[in-house]
Amino acid sequence: MASDKHFDEVTGTETTGHVWDGDLRELNKPLPKWWLYVLYACIVWSIGYWAVYPAWPTMSDYTKGYWNYSQRAAVTQEVADAKAAQDKYRVALSQTPLADVGKNPELLQFALAGGQATFGENCAACHGRGAQGGVGYPNLNDDDWIWGGQLDNIQQTISYGIRSGHAKTRDSAMPRFGLDGALDAAKIGDVANYVRSLSGLEADKTAAGRGAAVFAENCAVCHGADGKGNQELGAPNLTDGIWLYGNGQENVVTSISTGRGGIMPAWDARLDPVSVKMLAVYVHSLGGGK
Amino acid sequence: MIHIKVAFLLVSNGSVGAKLGLNFGFFNQGGVVSDTAIERSRVGDFLAIGSALLFAAIGALFATAGKDLPIQIHGGLIAVAAALALIYIITHPTNRVADRAEGYFDGPIRLATLAAVMWGVVGFLAGDLIAWQLAFPVLNFDLPWTSFGRLRPLHTSAVIFAFGGNVLLATSLYIVQRTSRARLAGKWSPWFIVWGYQLFIVLAASSYVLGVTQGKEYAEPEWYVDLYLTVVWVAYLLVFLVTLWKREEPHIYVANWFFLAFIVTVAMLHLVNNLTVPVSLLGSQSYALFAGVQGAMTQWWYGHNAVGFFLTAGFLGIMYYFIPKRVERPIYSYRLSIVHFWSLIFLYIWAGPHHLHYTALPDWAQTLGMTFSIMLWMPSWGGMINGLMTLSGAWDRLRTDAVVRLLVVSVAFYGMSTFEGPLMSIKAVNSLSHYTEWTVGHVHSGALGWVGMVSFGAIYCLVPWLWKREGLYSMRMVEWHFWLATIGLVLYITSMWVAGITEGLMWRAYDSLGFLKYSFIETVEAKHWPYIIRATGGLLFLAGSLLMAINVWRTIRGDEPVDIKDQPRSAAAPELRPGVVAVPAQ
Repeated sequence: MASDKHFDEVTGTETTGHVWDGDLRELNKPLPKWWLYVLYACIVWSIGYWAVYPAWPTMSDYTKGYWNYSQRAAVTQEVADAKAAQDKYRVALSQTPLADVGKNPELLQFALAGGQATFGENCAACHGRGAQGGVGYPNLNDDDWIWGGQLDNIQQTISYGIRSGHAKTRDSAMPRFGLDGALDAAKIGDVANYVRSLSGLEADKTAAGRGAAVFAENCAVCHGADGKGNQELGAPNLTDGIWLYGNGQENVVTSISTGRGGIMPAWDARLDPVSVKMLAVYVHSLGGGK
Repeated sequence: MIHIKVAFLLVSNGSVGAKLGLNFGFFNQGGVVSDTAIERSRVGDFLAIGSALLFAAIGALFATAGKDLPIQIHGGLIAVAAALALIYIITHPTNRVADRAEGYFDGPIRLATLAAVMWGVVGFLAGDLIAWQLAFPVLNFDLPWTSFGRLRPLHTSAVIFAFGGNVLLATSLYIVQRTSRARLAGKWSPWFIVWGYQLFIVLAASSYVLGVTQGKEYAEPEWYVDLYLTVVWVAYLLVFLVTLWKREEPHIYVANWFFLAFIVTVAMLHLVNNLTVPVSLLGSQSYALFAGVQGAMTQWWYGHNAVGFFLTAGFLGIMYYFIPKRVERPIYSYRLSIVHFWSLIFLYIWAGPHHLHYTALPDWAQTLGMTFSIMLWMPSWGGMINGLMTLSGAWDRLRTDAVVRLLVVSVAFYGMSTFEGPLMSIKAVNSLSHYTEWTVGHVHSGALGWVGMVSFGAIYCLVPWLWKREGLYSMRMVEWHFWLATIGLVLYITSMWVAGITEGLMWRAYDSLGFLKYSFIETVEAKHWPYIIRATGGLLFLAGSLLMAINVWRTIRGDEPVDIKDQPRSAAAPELRPGVVAVPAQ
């Protein structure tokens, strides 16, 4: 078909002489010059790159390049530099007793910044970015502490967690009054009414009256006769209007029936002691620290 | 008995070359169907029956003796499909009159075209659903089957392999016949390729929803589905090659180079990346042969070349036929097509490591991945230049023909994303863009812009040509489709640029004391509005594809076109065009 050359009038170019499917032809155009030169430039640039950076494998090694660059060395250096830049503060923090961190404004500023960053990456998933908490996850901005709001209380909670399985974990188990049959549904309803009345919520007064006796018999041992809780046992204060699992009658009934038993992981294996210290300072600063 | 004799003759007579020549000679005798051709076709019937029986047996074995529910379900599907095929083959045996194989073999192509439209809508729908899930997680519905993790591979496989794959099957089998002036090889094989491919799609999609996966991106199906696809793919390769072999044209058309590169390379990629050791030959689980950084490198060698050969080379083949055909102009430069073809396929295969910058992959491999990506820039643009410049002398068609606009805008997006790709492969850029939404935006400017638009253009050309219509039912609907898809695409890409660069910068922001400025969850929050804009763009793209489905359906049904005067001559089937000289197959 080579004889079937054709002159394309629109472009003023000859075709190659190939024809397919009736009318498919190709112009006999050269390569666009700019295209070819950019292609060459890319090739030249690549060869230059190979000359200075690690590029080609050899039998047992690879070409190192003129600059002898190593990504691993570079990142090791960067990490070391970043550590060195913080070293002054980290060393000081590890040597300063927790209670004294606040006395040094520079150290306190560092601890707060580090605590905030560590909180965002590790704690915010449950406690919220603003530490505002959620159902089942305590709000850390208020002054209501289940296991104590002193710096060292907070440090201990962060390090070992709550019901975390760690040997030093904070641990206590509220009985599953409903699931284990210790109290029947009527009594649980009564005591829930009573508990809600403690913080001034509207409750069925007769039921609450019956519930007071049940409370004294079953709950007061941990939560106290006045319902103000006991931080040694992690028994929440029931009179302050702050509810970890909600304040509706149904929420309280569920808490009494199941005992809840929320879990916080232990962080001592994941975070270094200085980070835990910074976290404790940060959480303590949020508003409710004792 | 006679078919056995023929088979015996075929194996005992002469050299291999002579046998092949003899075989293809039978096909080319046109007009009169020789006794021997009928006999060969009967051999084909028996081979088809044997294959169907084999598949039915394997399916029945999996269904009854399979060790887990997914493989039992899949065994049942395979057995039922094979049984239906068997019934069809037995009730449609070769006979002298009905099988006067004449003209082009378009039945399987029509099927693949319809399948492409159907799977396209499904795939876009799945994509848009998961886009809304990212903005509003409640849309996961708290069910394992509808969770993002299972629907995401469903989306990617549906759009790449189901939609894109069927477009490639339809167009490649259409083009190879026309440009070779030869009927598709085989009687049952083309049907097996297209129906068999649909079965693969069903097996793959049901795997994901049932939670079965190899955990390899874009290669999620388990070992037995991979093996099955290999059989389908080899049949595809053989049919394509034999059709080329018996061509009546002295030269092989450029589109076919790209299709052949696509079919051969995808076969190689598929086989190597899916090398696994099954836990049991009756179970759906397996372990990959490669582990650690070798596994990652193999995966991204595969992943990048799935883009390079499935989504680029194959679709360049589409561009090289449909643009010149539709605008009735010659290809811009034969020389450019040769040089960019060979440079493209030589360079692409090296570029995979740029997916693994700043990982355990050795420095030298990262360097090669990056530099070969840079060198790939111009070879990619060679295709863009050839596609766009083919409009020389016919630029007015961009204004008057929405189908041409789809085809041309797709090439423009091809140029855009093949510039963005090398840019993102540069390590300094990649350290910002990697793992961010920018990557997602980049993929979709290629996927929606290039692959999607060029496929829509090809489908709008193919449907009237295949169903012998004067034109499409409605050109106005194509206009609407074009604008919905374009606006959707622009919303998608821009929102993902914003989201990606924002989160990339947030990840690397430090305060003066050396602490991270933002927590991860803040970077997620920052993407909420971009996510909503992206999902809205996706909705527009989906709406456009629904218009296409309606338009295609009404065209096929034979409804009177509402605006035939607005359609170019090349919109009509070749047989219905005055003065068109397309020569039919012999």
